[in-house]
This record gives sequence, C-alpha cells and structure tokens, in this order.
Amino acid sequence: MGYEALIDRLLKGDTRAAARLITIVENDIASAEEIINAILGITGAPGSGKSTLISTLTTIFVKEGKKVGIICVDPTSPLTGGALLGDRIRMKKHFTTDNVFIRSMANRGQLGGLARATEDIIKILDVYGCDIVIIETVGVGQSEVDIFRSAQSVLVLLVPEMGDDIQAIKAGIMEITDIFIVNKMDLPGADRKVSEIMQMLELSINFKYDYENINQGNAKVRKWTPKIVKVNSKTGENFGNLLEIINEHRSYLEETGVIENYHLKRIRNETLQILKHKLTKKVEELLHSNSQIDEYIRLVMDKSMDPYSMANLIIQLLGIE
Amino acid sequence: MPENRKIKVLVCKPGLDGHDRGAKVIARALRDAGMEVIYTGIHQTPDDVVNTIIQEDPDAVMLSILSGAHNALCPIIMDKLKENGIDDVLVAVGGIIPDEDKPNLEAHGLKGFHGPGTELKEIVEFVKTNLKR
Repeated sequence: MGYEALIDRLLKGDTRAAARLITIVENDIASAEEIINAILGITGAPGSGKSTLISTLTTIFVKEGKKVGIICVDPTSPLTGGALLGDRIRMKKHFTTDNVFIRSMANRGQLGGLARATEDIIKILDVYGCDIVIIETVGVGQSEVDIFRSAQSVLVLLVPEMGDDIQAIKAGIMEITDIFIVNKMDLPGADRKVSEIMQMLELSINFKYDYENINQGNAKVRKWTPKIVKVNSKTGENFGNLLEIINEHRSYLEETGVIENYHLKRIRNETLQILKHKLTKKVEELLHSNSQIDEYIRLVMDKSMDPYSMANLIIQLLGIE
Repeated sequence: MPENRKIKVLVCKPGLDGHDRGAKVIARALRDAGMEVIYTGIHQTPDDVVNTIIQEDPDAVMLSILSGAHNALCPIIMDKLKENGIDDVLVAVGGIIPDEDKPNLEAHGLKGFHGPGTELKEIVEFVKTNLKR
C-alpha cells in the first residue's frame, strides 16, 4: 500500500492506517503533518505504577469525551535484540474502549527512556485525531530524561520507601519534573516521601535559572514550580487533585507562552535527531566502503596517527566541514 | 520494508482459560530469538484480540488455548480479522488442539497447532518461516 493512500485514510481517522503508518515510521524515518494537542509524559522506576496510572487517567479522559493515544516503551534486550512489551497488560479494560489507541514499542537500544520513532508516532496520533497523547517511558533510573524533550508535561512517579532524601537532590530526572506523583499512597512512608520532595524543591530555587526565556530570549516569565500529589492508581484515590494540577500546568504553558518555546525546542531537537540518524548511516556506509579509511585505521593501529586526527580526515572525506 | 525490520509478535490467551505458563514461556523464547513480543494477559475476548491486532500491527499472532474452546473462539477471531481487512498477519493457535479439530481450524486460516512438549526452537523457526509479510 502506498503512503498516500494510508495518509488519506489516517486523515479520516482510520485506526488500521494509523497502526500501519506507525510500523513504517518505527522501521524507517518518515514525516507527517502536525496538529498540536496535549502531550503527557509519564516516567518513573520499574514497578512504580506507570501503566496502572495511565489506565486510570485514561478512564477519566474518555469519560470527558476525549480521544486518547497511548505510547508505551519497554526496553530491548542488549544481548538478543528482542523485547517483551508488557505495559498493555495493565490497560486491559481499554482494549475495546472506543477512542483509545494503545501502541507498544521497544526502545531498540536508544538511551534516554524513549524509542527513536516516538516523535513520529506522536505526530501520527495527532493526525489520527487524539486529543491527548500519553507517553510511558521505559522504567527509568536517574538519567533517562528524553521525555522532557517530547512531552509538554512531565509526570514522575515515585513510591514510598524507595530511596532516601539524598536521592531526591541528585541531578537528572528530579530536575525535569513538572508534577511529582507519589503513587501507592496507602503504603507507609507516603507522607515522608512527599516532604522529602518538598524539601528538595525548596532548596532548588536558583536565581539564575528561575526564569524561562520566551520568544527566543527577550521576554522572561516565572518558571513553573513543580507540584506534588499523592495518589492510589488502583483505586483512583486523589485523581481529582492530580487532574487539577495537570490542567493548571497546561494553563501555565498556554498563558505564559512557554508552550511556543517548547515547540521551538522540540523541533530543534527533532532536527538534530534526524540529522544524527542520517549522518551516522552515511558515516557507517563510508567506513565500510572506503579504502582510504582502511589505510587511516592501519595508521592509527601502528600508532603513527591518533584517532582524533583520523576523525577530522574522515569529516573532510564526507565534505561537511 | 527495510531489511533490519524487527519481527513483532502478539501472544494472547483468548477465553476463560487461565493457564498461561506456556504462553509466557513462548513469549520469552521469541524474545530471546530477537523478536518484539507483546503479551496481553489472560481472559481476552475475540474483540480484545482483534482490537489489539489492529492497534499493534504485529507480524504474527500466537493464540494459546488449553481449555478446549478453540473451535468456538478461533473462527470468530478469524472472521473479525477478515471483516477488518487484515489478511497479512500470521495467526497460529497452540495448546491442546486435538487432531480431528485441525482441518476445520486450517480452513479458517489458522496454523501451528503446537502442543505440550514442542521444542522452543521449533516454534521460533515456525514464526520465522511462516510470516506473510
């Protein structure tokens, strides 16, 4: 089937066309027109309840009459290249819900918590007509922060009794969060987790970075102060609060104009990713086909050239200096 | 399709049968063979299965049934796939499938029929060699 026919069907909201186009962009780079909507990113440690939280949020969004697209990323094995995608299993009650589209993806070795094609899939879900796109990252540790480049609101899940207050002041994931969610609030230690995060936030007021530059540098607005909420994803307890905070963040983005900034950053980042992908491919081709490079490699092996000088020579060969 | 394309497989347990040890072992074996495997869990209705196939766009679907409900469930799933115009997905059923039931299931387009004791590498090979796209 040609892309045009598929895109035609996608514009009419055809589910199969959306699914097939995702397969295509997952396997190679393609592009689509963009219609903007709300993009939530959910991240957190393995087993913190990301999929269950998404399932409960989706129930609420669907009740509000919204069309929801969900992208769940799970890790690819570094040994075999295979993957077991098991997020969908937590969202069973939405398998036949109209207006819910769930797609599982393997990260295919991409670091950062997402898969390479995530951006493209967000676009397809946009065109498909989703009002809200929810992205679930792989279970993350401390430094998988790609989600903040893709999502408009970053929700980080934490659970009680995991890590002490030192964990809360480390760099990385705690710095990119818009909303902290302490899940499994029925467990002991939930309140202590909340106060640890609160203390961390109080300390993190930084005068240099306390303002967000908008309109490419001139105007400045006050930064969003991350919010904390505790919930129970299984029972839906406190989800009213969570939704209020999600909406509050959304209004902040729109009223301050930070959203425009976000789109600029996102496109810049996307361009960089595409260029990286294409250039890497080109370099790999060159490395395997150019006899000149084989000679350089010999020279490096004989220690008569260093690898940095070789890299510069190869860049000259590529003709992009 | 590009050559480095990953094989994507859906492993499902349709019907009321809750015995999913076999399905999990097969999911694991396919994963270890370098495939991307989605496991949907137990108690799937035919609509659940078909909707998941539509959204996930897998290359192969492995239905695992040990309860004897294959004659009732499999044809419904195949009919619904046809209604949705899906004809390029390998659909296999395994578990406890008596020989006398196989011709009818085959007529509906099902393949495989792997039972207890099948070697895992045989199932991996089966998936690799029977893909429709």
